[in-house]
Amino acid sequence: MSGWPILSVVTFLPLLGVLFILFVRGEDATALRNIRWAALWTTIVTFLLSLLIWAGFDSNAAGFQFVEQQAWLGGAASYKMGVDGISMPFVILTTFLMPICILASWHVTKRVKEYMIAFLVLETLMIGVFCALDIVLFYLFFEAGLIPMFLIIGIWGGPRRVYASFKFFLYTLLGSVLMLLAIIYMYWASGTTDIAALLANPGFTPEAQKWLWLAFFASFAVKMPMWPVHTWLPDAHVEAPTAGSVILAAILLKMGGYGFLRFSLPMFPDASVYFQDFVFVLSVIAIVYTSLVALMQEDMKKLIAYSSVAHMGFVTMGIFSLNRQGIDGAMFQMISHGLVSGALFLCVGVVYDRMHTREIKAYGGLVKTMPLYAFTFMVFTMANVGLPGTSGFVGEFLALMGAFKANTWVAFFATLGVILSAAYALWLYRRVVFGDLTKPALLHLPDMTPRELATLAPLIVLTIFFGAYPAPILDIFGPTVETLIKPLNEAAAAAQALASASLH
Amino acid sequence: MHTVLTAIVFLPLLGALIAGLFGTKVFKGLGRDADVYGEHHAHAHAGGDGHHGHDGHDGHGHHGHYDGPMWPMYLTTALLTIAAILSWYVFAGFLHEPHAEKVELLRWINSGTLVANWTIRVDTLTAVMLVVVNTVSALVHIYSLGYMSHDEHQPRFFAYLSLFTFAMLMLVTADNLVQMFFGWEGVGLASYLLIGFWYKRESANAAAIKAFVVNRVGDFGFALGIFGCFLVFQSVDFDTIFAAAPGAAGKPMHFLSWEFDTLTVLCLLLFMGAMGKSAQFLLHTWLPDAMEGPTPVSALIHAATMVTAGVFMVARLSPMFELAPDAKSVVVVIGAITAIFAATVGLVQNDIKRVIAYSTCSQLGFMFVALGVGAYGVAVFHLFTHAFFKALLFLGSGSVIHAMSGEQDMRKMGGLAPMIRVTWVMMVIGNLALTGFPLTAGYFSKDAVIESAFASGWGFAFWLLVAAAFCTSFYSWRLAFMTFHGAPRADRETLEHVHESPKVMLIPLFVLAIGAIAAGFVFKDYFIGHHYKEFWGSSLADNEIMHLFHDVPKWVVWSPFVAMVLGFALAFLFYIRNTALPKALAAQHEPLYKFLLNKWYIDELYDVIFVRPAMWLGRFLWKKGDGYVIDGFGPDGVSSVVNDVTRGVVRLQTGYLYHYAFAMMIGIAALISWFMFGGAH
Repeated sequence: MSGWPILSVVTFLPLLGVLFILFVRGEDATALRNIRWAALWTTIVTFLLSLLIWAGFDSNAAGFQFVEQQAWLGGAASYKMGVDGISMPFVILTTFLMPICILASWHVTKRVKEYMIAFLVLETLMIGVFCALDIVLFYLFFEAGLIPMFLIIGIWGGPRRVYASFKFFLYTLLGSVLMLLAIIYMYWASGTTDIAALLANPGFTPEAQKWLWLAFFASFAVKMPMWPVHTWLPDAHVEAPTAGSVILAAILLKMGGYGFLRFSLPMFPDASVYFQDFVFVLSVIAIVYTSLVALMQEDMKKLIAYSSVAHMGFVTMGIFSLNRQGIDGAMFQMISHGLVSGALFLCVGVVYDRMHTREIKAYGGLVKTMPLYAFTFMVFTMANVGLPGTSGFVGEFLALMGAFKANTWVAFFATLGVILSAAYALWLYRRVVFGDLTKPALLHLPDMTPRELATLAPLIVLTIFFGAYPAPILDIFGPTVETLIKPLNEAAAAAQALASASLH
Repeated sequence: MHTVLTAIVFLPLLGALIAGLFGTKVFKGLGRDADVYGEHHAHAHAGGDGHHGHDGHDGHGHHGHYDGPMWPMYLTTALLTIAAILSWYVFAGFLHEPHAEKVELLRWINSGTLVANWTIRVDTLTAVMLVVVNTVSALVHIYSLGYMSHDEHQPRFFAYLSLFTFAMLMLVTADNLVQMFFGWEGVGLASYLLIGFWYKRESANAAAIKAFVVNRVGDFGFALGIFGCFLVFQSVDFDTIFAAAPGAAGKPMHFLSWEFDTLTVLCLLLFMGAMGKSAQFLLHTWLPDAMEGPTPVSALIHAATMVTAGVFMVARLSPMFELAPDAKSVVVVIGAITAIFAATVGLVQNDIKRVIAYSTCSQLGFMFVALGVGAYGVAVFHLFTHAFFKALLFLGSGSVIHAMSGEQDMRKMGGLAPMIRVTWVMMVIGNLALTGFPLTAGYFSKDAVIESAFASGWGFAFWLLVAAAFCTSFYSWRLAFMTFHGAPRADRETLEHVHESPKVMLIPLFVLAIGAIAAGFVFKDYFIGHHYKEFWGSSLADNEIMHLFHDVPKWVVWSPFVAMVLGFALAFLFYIRNTALPKALAAQHEPLYKFLLNKWYIDELYDVIFVRPAMWLGRFLWKKGDGYVIDGFGPDGVSSVVNDVTRGVVRLQTGYLYHYAFAMMIGIAALISWFMFGGAH
């Protein structure tokens, strides 16, 4: 299996599709058809190939697997790829969701060629982020990934797309600059850009760790997004086209959480312990605050966006509980949220394509004419609420379990979010799907089409399957997370000893 | 045996899936892309229009119309009946020889030391619950064949009923707290779906959400309790926890900012879940509203099974509660308050189903008092008998409502006894059992609850229960008299349509009536009598109260009987003899009457202290927090500055985008050059 560079193949295969699409000439129906099918097949083949990574992955090993390395940039950095238990699932999640996104964009009519190219390039960059084992390479993928996303929002977005993309720009810029400075410092201090080497021997002084931690935090917190730097997300979601929202919620948000696990926790363990309470406070505020805000939203996408912020609050809380259950829970929550929030945005897309409005008030009683839609939406509403038996439960439960171990106040307030999420999610569902069907515009809406069913059915199956049997995913995390928390426990013990020593 | 147990649990799920996916209209109306995106420019009038049924307006399926196949209903009912028969077979085995059995199914949530797997655990307590759940469920399925026969969505209804049954079975067969939580929330989902079954009604939708959210408040405590158990015992497994519990007794536990007794705090957190599910005082508000659901649902979920899940939970965790006396005291107090609170509210309600709903709430309070004083067997016995007579009363009232073309207001009934004689007899049997008429089921179980309250020294709880028993008798007979006796008060058209229910609805009533009469004296020796120890085995904690309550003074034994007779006499006086009396009394004590009629104003209170502030806060944080503070000083503030600087320079509408892309390219280029030429060591 290690004979050929499967990670590079999976990463760059979408660019092959781009190449093909570039050769398609003309704007006529046949050309558009070819472009769509080319994009779809590219993503499907990429997904199937990526399954080989899963198949060949050794869940009992902790280190990086499928490692490839080439000297690069005159030896200063290197092209190094590899996956471990916390990055491999994201690779699969990305490749799995891409065909669904392409299928969901089947009826895009504006600049189809550029649209598909943007998505395929984005796929390469996203997979690259999760596979990169060199910090410069990581930064490259991480930042470059924003460009196609900006274009997707800015060109194919809604009426306020300029405001939305500008807001994202402002938020992201500061974080990126700080992270870049931190990366330069790390190279300067340790002499390597190899992530595996940095993980094996971080060795930054506690004082330096704090500054580095904060610099990385600035970037990852915006990405998550954490309160109070979350306000770009609702606007970006509202303006983005459906598939853009799916990618944004399902993959791009996860880069923040992945960054914490890949860099902040293992490379700056003392700082992570030091800032634990700080992150807890922000996470709990995010959960309660954004849940309350979600309750009052009038726009379907905004509501789901705010609920995403709340769910990401569970993720940061789980990560910084610094124990096995918390981190397992955060990881699982990220995967599950990728499926569920992606599906929820697809659900909004289904009715948006029919009515061209996202205003909740414009709907009501859809179950009458769209029973299949009602069923689908119900499944994901329940998964969003964290009902046991759906994948949404497993992550939330474990993250809360971890938080309870670390700090009962945190678990107490975060569990309040469980009540609030039920309130806003069910209220949304009631206003859209239940009630009498009286609005004239809604009377003859066709139910979901086979194409729409094809985008959502796999998500339904996985949401329920992983809710009942999460072991295939949880087993992947295990060894990696165990090695991850070991130095953290030592750091925590050291901090404890220091604190009690200064007391006496 | 393993196959039998697995079948009992999964047959209902099978029925729910098949009926739900293939028996309903879910896949019938698949649209076409062309209709959505107008590629053929045809107006989207695709199929299925012109047929807008008029279901649900009366809410009782009288005027609806169903023209689909019958197999989904027959399939689910048949599977449930098989499950019920198998349950009795298992239960009979336990009467013969109690034991405990486990069927390992599948790994579930495994993370480090946390191991929660799918396992079916059957001991005596579970066997009792299997019988209760599956019997009532099967009967309700059969009953619904008649009751819902006109409803155009009946396959969906039966799928929900079976789904509910599956979740309830997972709850009672759980081997660990997390699986119990799965069943717990699963029944919550099914309850939500069934309360909101008639989705066109605003009130039904509101009640459905209320039920789910209020239950989530309880689940908040349940979840924290699970986390706490794992922290203390390093396990969520019942057997492990019970084995380790004595070691944790009396030890302190740091929770929030204070030190508490470990088991007390764990038990109370878990009990909060029980309060939500079993509609105990403060978390009861969803249960009366849940009567918006079709009546068979009320019988199954909101009387016989789901609402008793809290009682089951405390009984299941009795080895833990037994070691936490303070927690038990709280259980007694909450139970006693609920018993009297709900009974007093039940005195003045006019909706036939709401009276029974409050009665259920009150009876659950009785069960909790028994649990709290340590008489776990007594509590489960009352749960067992209550399931029969309360389901009987609900289904009987459904038969009344059916006869009255959907009318639920008892002020518009009266004089129905001669017209629907069988239903009348059934309701009277239910009343006798509920009020504890000698030798009926309630007589054995309810009186045992009251006696054990006395024997434990809880005078407060004892007197409240006796008072509640008096109220129970009064409102039960008030219900019977207002409905069946006196002059008919319905309009002529309704009266002309009054008819006895079909056999398919009456047969379940007969079966339940047999249970309401006989369940007491047939099983009392096993549940609370001489054989109780062998019968329960290790499935319940033992407490000396199980012996002591047999030896209470004679006046204590007679007190519930006296309360029952007084209640009957008063109801007779008010609603047969002198029917003007209640009105006069209500006018005379108007504030008290209003207080009871408005359910102690608890809903209004919650609206003021929880619902409105949450909504106000949500809007405030959105507009002021996000909009004014964060965006105002963050991006919008910055952008207005930037705008001033760059005005006139930026012409392209999407200019910022290219700016950003450009800035990033420059950044990356700079970084790379630095690496290649400057920074390399």
